[in-house]
Amino acid sequence: MLRRVRRHPRLVLLSLLLVVVVAGGCGGGELERVGSPDGEVIVSAASSLQPAFTAYADAAGIDAKQSFAGSDTLGAQIRQGVTPDVYAAANTSLPDALYEEEFVERPVVFATNTLVLAVPADADIDSIGDLTSDDIALAIGQEGVPVGDYAREVLGGLPPDQSDAILANVGSEEPDVAGIIGKLSQGAVDAGFVYVTDVVATDGALEAIDLPSDLEPDVAYAAAVVNGAENPAGADRFVQGLLEGEGADALEAAGFGPPPRG
Amino acid sequence: MRGRSSFTVVMVAALAAVLAFLVLPIVAIFADTGPGDLVDSLGSDVARDALWLSLKTSSMAIVVIVAVGTPAAYLLATREFRGKALVTTAIELPLVLPPAVAGIGLLAAFGPNGVFGSALEGAGIELVLQTAGVVVALTFVAAPFYIRQAQSAFAAVDPNLLDAARTLGASEARAFARVAIPAAGGGMLAGLALAWGRALGEFGATLMFAGSFQEITQTAPLAIFATFATDFPAALALSAVLVAVSAALLLAVKLLGRSSLLGGEVHG
Repeated sequence: MLRRVRRHPRLVLLSLLLVVVVAGGCGGGELERVGSPDGEVIVSAASSLQPAFTAYADAAGIDAKQSFAGSDTLGAQIRQGVTPDVYAAANTSLPDALYEEEFVERPVVFATNTLVLAVPADADIDSIGDLTSDDIALAIGQEGVPVGDYAREVLGGLPPDQSDAILANVGSEEPDVAGIIGKLSQGAVDAGFVYVTDVVATDGALEAIDLPSDLEPDVAYAAAVVNGAENPAGADRFVQGLLEGEGADALEAAGFGPPPRG
Repeated sequence: MRGRSSFTVVMVAALAAVLAFLVLPIVAIFADTGPGDLVDSLGSDVARDALWLSLKTSSMAIVVIVAVGTPAAYLLATREFRGKALVTTAIELPLVLPPAVAGIGLLAAFGPNGVFGSALEGAGIELVLQTAGVVVALTFVAAPFYIRQAQSAFAAVDPNLLDAARTLGASEARAFARVAIPAAGGGMLAGLALAWGRALGEFGATLMFAGSFQEITQTAPLAIFATFATDFPAALALSAVLVAVSAALLLAVKLLGRSSLLGGEVHG
């Protein structure tokens, strides 16, 4: 036995390293699982909330483990039994549906946003009408993800020939806003429908073109504490902070609007 | 004696754990999918287009990989040169790269703003958002699986066989085609199956580099991800089809490999 160990010192070292890493990882998780407002909060949030929520957790000193993806993907995970503490979506219909199905507590609308047409800063595109031209490639959200549904709502408000021409220019249907921004900043597409906050977050690399006000969809964000959350107290604190305090400040700084009154 | 038998128990338990863990998720896909769901899911345009695109793009990638990878693997297996270890490592690197890194790398190299972006554009080659881009992504992630296997298969061919062929007047190209390839066929086929399977399952690099659009770039894994949130049963059914296709591929190649391996032995 001993001789074998001596013959494979590197293998032994590697195994030991693996054991230490695995044990360390497990230990850390166990200690922090306490149901207190100051404990770890697991947040599943829409991709578009990433800059604001990251800034919020930093400013408020919240130990938040946040995962950002398309709101519909995160909602589907909750339906499959994943229980984060907080679910925050880029629309109200997804959290409302989960509330009806008793997966989450009553959702709270905490912010609004504006859908815009995003283009590279040096682009020739000035309005939604320019998207009908043959040589334009467009990225939009896939069906089901809020940013994709809003974009389809906008196109549905255009005359049919115009919206058909624009849809024919769609080169990629992305799972979330991060995908659309990625395609835009890599020059893979010429334009994409995202939120104004996503454009603000690119620090001038992209430019936002406002949509005609009669086409602008109402974009409202809702958050809810997830039923079966490990840290409901921390989840409550996180959601309350979105309405007033550090969360609301971070949202405003990122370009979000306040929730509609009433 | 006793120590040995208790070790046997450990090994058997470990194998049982491995088997249970690896097979359970696959069984679960089928447990949740009735045969009716499978048929229904194949009735949808999205699923059929995605499967067809997956078969088409992965086949194209495999043709490229085998055509270029086979001579390259043969060179690596039969010649010694300075820096060979470095070359081998570089070729194997995509094996361990996260798909997202592969996607970023492909964009940085061949994207419109990438190193070769303007050269490609000048040549009129469009990859991003195009089916050709999917093939490029699949080739990138799958090629090492084939080249690695082919290289070790060629390395295992008895050099005396090749020498004998050359002594009998065969050119090197002829010895490669008539002796080395038949003798290494089993290993090459195993590599081909692995590479094909990897190509069929590719997700991250395709999404980042080529995008996702029905009939053009939305392969089966991308369609599964796209339907996951809105229609879980459809995503499950499409997954089941992909499992079946991949399993059939693996099995077919194993059977083929067995018969060609026997053939090789007869020749030897």
